[in-house]
Amino acid sequence: MNPILDYTLLLCFAVLSVAMFLALWRLFKGPTLPDRVVALELIASMTVGLIGLYAIRTGRDAFIDVAMVLALTAFLAAIGFARYLEKGSHRDDH
Amino acid sequence: MIIDILAALFMVAGSFFMLVASLGVFRMPDLLTRMHATTKSGVLGAGLIMCAVMLFFVDSGVTLKALAVMAFTTLTSPIAAHAIGRAGYFIGVPLWDKTVKDELHGRYDEETHVLRSPEQMQDTQEKP
Repeated sequence: MNPILDYTLLLCFAVLSVAMFLALWRLFKGPTLPDRVVALELIASMTVGLIGLYAIRTGRDAFIDVAMVLALTAFLAAIGFARYLEKGSHRDDH
Repeated sequence: MIIDILAALFMVAGSFFMLVASLGVFRMPDLLTRMHATTKSGVLGAGLIMCAVMLFFVDSGVTLKALAVMAFTTLTSPIAAHAIGRAGYFIGVPLWDKTVKDELHGRYDEETHVLRSPEQMQDTQEKP
């Protein structure tokens, strides 16, 4: 593999790890449940990016299918949480 | 060589936008401002990384799958953000204390989910 691409991949993994840690902090700390859901959605979106980078690093294109399925599943999780919040909880009850 | 450098540029740009989204969700004071930070930047970062994937694997099948990932994230992320924001407003998540404008405040009935327009409010005020 081209060394420029190799070092850039390492840099991008490091940056995405820092970003994942920041989103994880919000997931633990977030004052209300919708904040946590937003952080979870961002983590899923970043995982799609990480899988793309990993597919480039290993050179296997089968990982792109995983990214595709994960992008759809994260959407279903967010919709489920929103419906649960709206229909199943009381007002001012976080 | 040139294609590798282009893919590296796309990867760096995508990772940067994801870091910006994560900083937004870490630093912003409010549910709606956090969603404003994550929804757009996260989708843009994933799309740029998928562009890098397309450039690296020069293959039509991979390009189609990466385009499908981009289309799915672009279609689903605004819908999910709309649903979460709506649910968060309905269950009474507090807004930021420096929020300038909340146009639904006082006009929206959370029990019956009926929104009164300003003209209707004037009518009900003038009738008695």
